[in-house]
Amino acid sequence: MSRASERRVLDEAGGVRAMTWVMAIMLFLTMLAAALGLGTAGAARALDRQLAGRLTVQIIDGDPVRRDASAARVLATLRTLPEVTRVAAVDRAELTRLLRPWLGSDGADPGLPVPAMIDVDLGGQDDAAVAAVARAVRGVAPTARVDRHETWMSPVSGVMRSLTLLALGIVLLMAGATAAVVVLAARAGLETHRATIEVMHMLGSTDLQVARLFQRRVAIDAAIGGVAGAGVAIAVILLIMTRLQGLGSELLDGGRLSSTDWATLGAMPIGFIVLAMVAARATIVRAMRTTL
Amino acid sequence: MANIVQFENVGLRYDTGAETLSDISFTLRSGAFYFLTGASGAGKTSLLRLLYLAQRPSRGVIRLFGEDAVLLPRDRMPGFRRRIGVVFQDFRLVPHLSTWDNIALPLRVAGMPEADLRQPVEEMLAWVGLTERAEARPATLSGGEQQRVAIARAVIARPEMLVADEPTGNVDPDMAERLLHLFESLNKLGTTVVVATHDLHLLNRIPTAQMMRLDHGRLLDPTGSLQYPPSPRAEP
Repeated sequence: MSRASERRVLDEAGGVRAMTWVMAIMLFLTMLAAALGLGTAGAARALDRQLAGRLTVQIIDGDPVRRDASAARVLATLRTLPEVTRVAAVDRAELTRLLRPWLGSDGADPGLPVPAMIDVDLGGQDDAAVAAVARAVRGVAPTARVDRHETWMSPVSGVMRSLTLLALGIVLLMAGATAAVVVLAARAGLETHRATIEVMHMLGSTDLQVARLFQRRVAIDAAIGGVAGAGVAIAVILLIMTRLQGLGSELLDGGRLSSTDWATLGAMPIGFIVLAMVAARATIVRAMRTTL
Repeated sequence: MANIVQFENVGLRYDTGAETLSDISFTLRSGAFYFLTGASGAGKTSLLRLLYLAQRPSRGVIRLFGEDAVLLPRDRMPGFRRRIGVVFQDFRLVPHLSTWDNIALPLRVAGMPEADLRQPVEEMLAWVGLTERAEARPATLSGGEQQRVAIARAVIARPEMLVADEPTGNVDPDMAERLLHLFESLNKLGTTVVVATHDLHLLNRIPTAQMMRLDHGRLLDPTGSLQYPPSPRAEP
C-alpha cells in the first residue's frame, strides 16, 4: 500500500498523541545523559593528555644555597636525558603565588624554606622513562623527590570514567524504557484497531503490511517528539556549556563537546525513531503470529 | 468444471465444547453457484469461516484451489485469502474510510499502484449504484448501501470464489433481489459463489444454483450432490 493509503487505513485523528510527549521527554533526558557522558569522557581524555608524561622534581633542603646548587645540577642532568622533551624550573614568584592560599603574603618571605621545583615533560608515557629520569635525578640529588602528575590525579580520572559509564548506563536504560513504551503503545493500538486489522487480514494483508501501518504511525510520533525533545535538550546543553566555560576551569573546559560528540547527539533522535519503529514492528508481527 | 473446494470429514470444535460442525464432506465446482441454508445456529457461519480461512478445522481435510488448506503455512494464507472475496454478515466496513476507500482496500492490500485504482473502483461504484455516495462514510450509509459497499469490496479484486454470509439479511426484498443479481452477474463471469442464507425465497431466484443444507452442524446430504430444487424430504 502507498503511504497515503496507509495513513488512511488506521484512523489517525489529528492532534498530538501521548506517545509524542513520551518520546520528547525520553529523548530530552537521554540526550542530557549522553551529553554528560560525552563531556566527562572528553574531560577525562583531556586530563590524561595533560598529565601523561609530566613530572615534578622537588628538591627539599633547608639550606637555600645547597638547595639551589642541587637544583642547578638536576636541571643540567635532565637537559641531557633523551627521554626529556622540556624541563623548566618553577621560579620563586610562581611558588609564592601557589602558596598564597595557605600562607598569604608570608609565602614571599625569602627565609621560608620552600623546596625548589622543576617541571619535566617526557617524550613517552611509559614507566621505564619515568624510572630513568628518577635514577638520573637521584644520582645528582639523593634527597630529591620525583612525582608523576598522573598518580595524583588518577582518582579524579577514575571518578570521571565512572560518570561516563553511569551516563552510558542511563542512555541504555532510557532506550530500553522507550522500547517498552513503544511495545505497550503498539499493543494498545492493535487492540484499538482490532476490527480494522481483522478485515485487512481477511482481505489478504500480510503481517508485515499490518505492522507497517503501526510502524509508520510510531515513526511520526517519535519524529515529532524526538525533534521537540532534542531541540530542548540541545538548548539546555548549550546553556550549561556556556556557564561552565565562564568558570575558567581547565578541567571543565576539557569537557567541552567536540564536533564528533555533537554528531553523536544529533544522531540520537534518528536512533530513537529507528528503535521505536523496530519495537513497533516486532510487537505487531509477534502479535499477528498468534492469529491464523 | 474443476473442483475449487473439497471438504472431507471435516469437524470443527470451539475450545472444549461439542462439535459445531461434524463430518462435513462436499465438493464445490469452479464457476458454480451455491446456497448454504439452515436454521440459525446450524453452523453456516462456521462453515463459511472455514471456507475463507478464518478458522482451521479440528479434524478432517480441506482442499482449496487444489491445495491442502489445513496444512497451509501461515505465510501463504494472505495469497489464498486474496483469491476469496468475503461479504460479512455485519459488513465490517472500515468506519473512518469513505465508500471509495473501502472498496479500494483489497486492491491496495494487493499492492496496486494508487494511479491504477481509479478505474476499477469507479466501475465498481457504478456497478453497485453508489457513484454518488463515493465520499460517504459507512455511518452515513443506509443498511442496503453498506451491504452494496461490502459486496463491491468483496468482488473488486475479481476473486475466484465469493463467500457471502446472509448478504440479504439487513435489506428489503427489492434490495435483496438486486444484490442477488449482482452475485449472479459475478458468477456468470466465472466466480464460484457461495451464499449462506436462511431466506428460502432467494433460492428460487437462481435456478442454476445448488443447495447445501446444514442442520445442527451436519450437512443433510453428505454426498454433496444436492441439486436445486431440494428434494421434499430434505426441505427444512
